[in-house]
Amino acid sequence: MSEQGLVLEFPLQGANFESAGEASSKIKRVLQQIGVRADIIRRVAIGSYEAEMNVIIHAYRGVIKAAIYPDRTEIAVEDEGPGIADIQLAMREGYSTAPDYIREMGFGAGMGLPNMTRCSDEFDIQSTVGVGTNIRMIFQHS
Amino acid sequence: MTVADIIKALPLTVIAAAGELSKPVEGGYVSDLLSNVMGFAKANSVWITMQGHQNVVAVASLANLSAVIIAGGASPEADAVKKAEAEGVVLLATDLPAFEVAGQLYGLGVRGL
Repeated sequence: MSEQGLVLEFPLQGANFESAGEASSKIKRVLQQIGVRADIIRRVAIGSYEAEMNVIIHAYRGVIKAAIYPDRTEIAVEDEGPGIADIQLAMREGYSTAPDYIREMGFGAGMGLPNMTRCSDEFDIQSTVGVGTNIRMIFQHS
Repeated sequence: MTVADIIKALPLTVIAAAGELSKPVEGGYVSDLLSNVMGFAKANSVWITMQGHQNVVAVASLANLSAVIIAGGASPEADAVKKAEAEGVVLLATDLPAFEVAGQLYGLGVRGL
């Protein structure tokens, strides 16, 4: 039996800071319409925003997908980009490879990946240098 | 306490979302690092920053913050104001430096923990 889920999908463009966060805002709005608990929506919004921003800051392009089920929301972000050579290092709070002009905007605090692990119930990251990075997060609704 | 209450007490100018001033204020947070705010600011907090670009609005909206105070005489960018109006994110500005804003809010009973 296949699960009934609502799937939302948005393309992301590297370096496009003007529409940064829009995909996460749309996902948040749909979760609000469905009536998911506010504190859970906030966690999904934080996780999806951080993943979305990572594509905009570091990658060339990507896609963010939200699959919303009665009991959980799954966020998957896949990008074409430089990839991450040392995931363990990248997961460390405060570590960032963001360039200065992005740091001046307040990005590149080295908190994106730690925030994703903290706010999600399950977190998985796969990366290939020179190809791209895939992130998957699961948020239980209760 | 609401956003309207802190506007009465501090020299803050409402830059965007004047219709949302009844939002509750349950805490405060100061940072110019967006992911730090995302990770650690609690919902319904006022956020004091010197960043005035539109990504501040996205963070405040997604993290359910009650208002953003742009301190130190920094001016919010035009597209940030537009986005804040559209998303209902209260943007406030002041010439007071961030430390002073935090201190005055603390005096009103707003806490950071």
